[in-house]
Amino acid sequence: MTTSIRVNDTLHELSLDSRVTLLDALRDVLGLTGTKKGCDQGACGACTVIVDGQRVLSCLTLAAACEGQHVVTIEGLATGDELHPMQAAFLHCDGFQCGYCTPGQILSAVCAVREVHAGVPSHVTPDVRHTVNSATLSDEEIRERMSGNLCRCAAYPNIVAAVRQVLNERLHI
Amino acid sequence: MNAFTFERVTHATDAAAAVAANAGAMFLAGGTTLVDLMKVEVLTPTAVADIRRLGLSSIDVSDDAITVGATVTNSQLAWHPVVRDRYPVLSEAILSGATTQIRNMATVAGNILQRTRCSYFRDVHAACNRRQPGSGCDALDGFNRGHAVLGVSEHCIATHPSDMCVAMIVIDAEIHTLRADGTTRSIPFAKFHHAPGDTPHVEVALAHGELITHVVIPSLPAARRSHYLKVRDRASYEFALASAAVVLDLDGDTIRAARLGLGGIATQPWRAVEAEQILTGRIATDQAFRDAAEIALAGAVARERNHFKIELAKRTIVRAFATARDGNA
Repeated sequence: MTTSIRVNDTLHELSLDSRVTLLDALRDVLGLTGTKKGCDQGACGACTVIVDGQRVLSCLTLAAACEGQHVVTIEGLATGDELHPMQAAFLHCDGFQCGYCTPGQILSAVCAVREVHAGVPSHVTPDVRHTVNSATLSDEEIRERMSGNLCRCAAYPNIVAAVRQVLNERLHI
Repeated sequence: MNAFTFERVTHATDAAAAVAANAGAMFLAGGTTLVDLMKVEVLTPTAVADIRRLGLSSIDVSDDAITVGATVTNSQLAWHPVVRDRYPVLSEAILSGATTQIRNMATVAGNILQRTRCSYFRDVHAACNRRQPGSGCDALDGFNRGHAVLGVSEHCIATHPSDMCVAMIVIDAEIHTLRADGTTRSIPFAKFHHAPGDTPHVEVALAHGELITHVVIPSLPAARRSHYLKVRDRASYEFALASAAVVLDLDGDTIRAARLGLGGIATQPWRAVEAEQILTGRIATDQAFRDAAEIALAGAVARERNHFKIELAKRTIVRAFATARDGNA
């Protein structure tokens, strides 16, 4: 079936079997192999991409369901040779070891920072009626908000540091 | 994954008609249950109708109620300022489940219809009366540490996995549906999910092709003092071993009315009505909550590996009520 999807600002008209996931369409059809296939069952977060501004799992998303939507992958994050602040922070803080989960971690972290700036609560927010604030956000909050991205190398402390760095930069990302 | 046709529908009646006309068809919303179970061939629809473009994705707030469209995402609902203010128990329950990525995809209707995480249900080589009626239940004498102790039968002990539904049942939400012939009806949350009994495969009160269009949450001022406590094996991204959704209406130290929902230990979202009733008029002490917890779990039936859940659930109930009592509501 035919599906038009905008990926990193480029419109693609794809003719796909209805069974193809967004993850497989990105990797195998469009050649965007930055998005990783980890568990392929919604348990690890390696396949995280941003669809219409929200972080989602591309392994549990059918490509056919993305008609007219805008997908941002790790390949679409930098501006030319200039790294996105979250990419730069992961480099600066050494927020990875093998790197396999890193594209998903970075895209998830970008959205986590946006969500904090929007003031929305998480499971560990002491009172959901209150608006969270990036200046007073605990490490526990960062860990909870990033819990959908597993890192088998356990680079977690440095991932938290990278997210903290971007929160402290107070950039509009 | 088996082959299927993908149907894009733009009107709710067309969606209901498309699925009603084909015994092998299913609705697709966020896909976090359906696509997952299609990959392991537990679900094998011949057609899926994508319902995310039916205009059912808004949250409408009035003084009397909040009306939540079927395809509102879990994140949208949990993060809504009025939900957080009026029904903290609902916001907390949703935020305790899964991860942000999954909550951004998963819809309210899909959460209501999500399937059990029982590993025998998810394994097509295992015996499972819920998946394959009459095939037996490998969980009864198998690895049943995560299984239910309330609402069980000799045919199925699968736990209902939802956190959101446990909060929805204590705030008396109503599920509204549309059938292919254009007629509508509303079903109280407490009557929507079925206990397994002799027919574990009959899970909910929907006819084939009947579409959930929205959920109505009625006004409940007491829910401003409410709480959801979830106990699990790891701090995040895990299903409940036991959970409690509580609403506490206090007059000074005296309980005017209490509400109690239980998750992680039952075959369906569980409302402990008798436990609620014995709290009415009592002083809100930990002992009163413990007395209610004893009643809530009086009918519990454990298997070899899940006996610990009975005491765990009682302690979860006491702590949830005590937190609501001591909170800043």
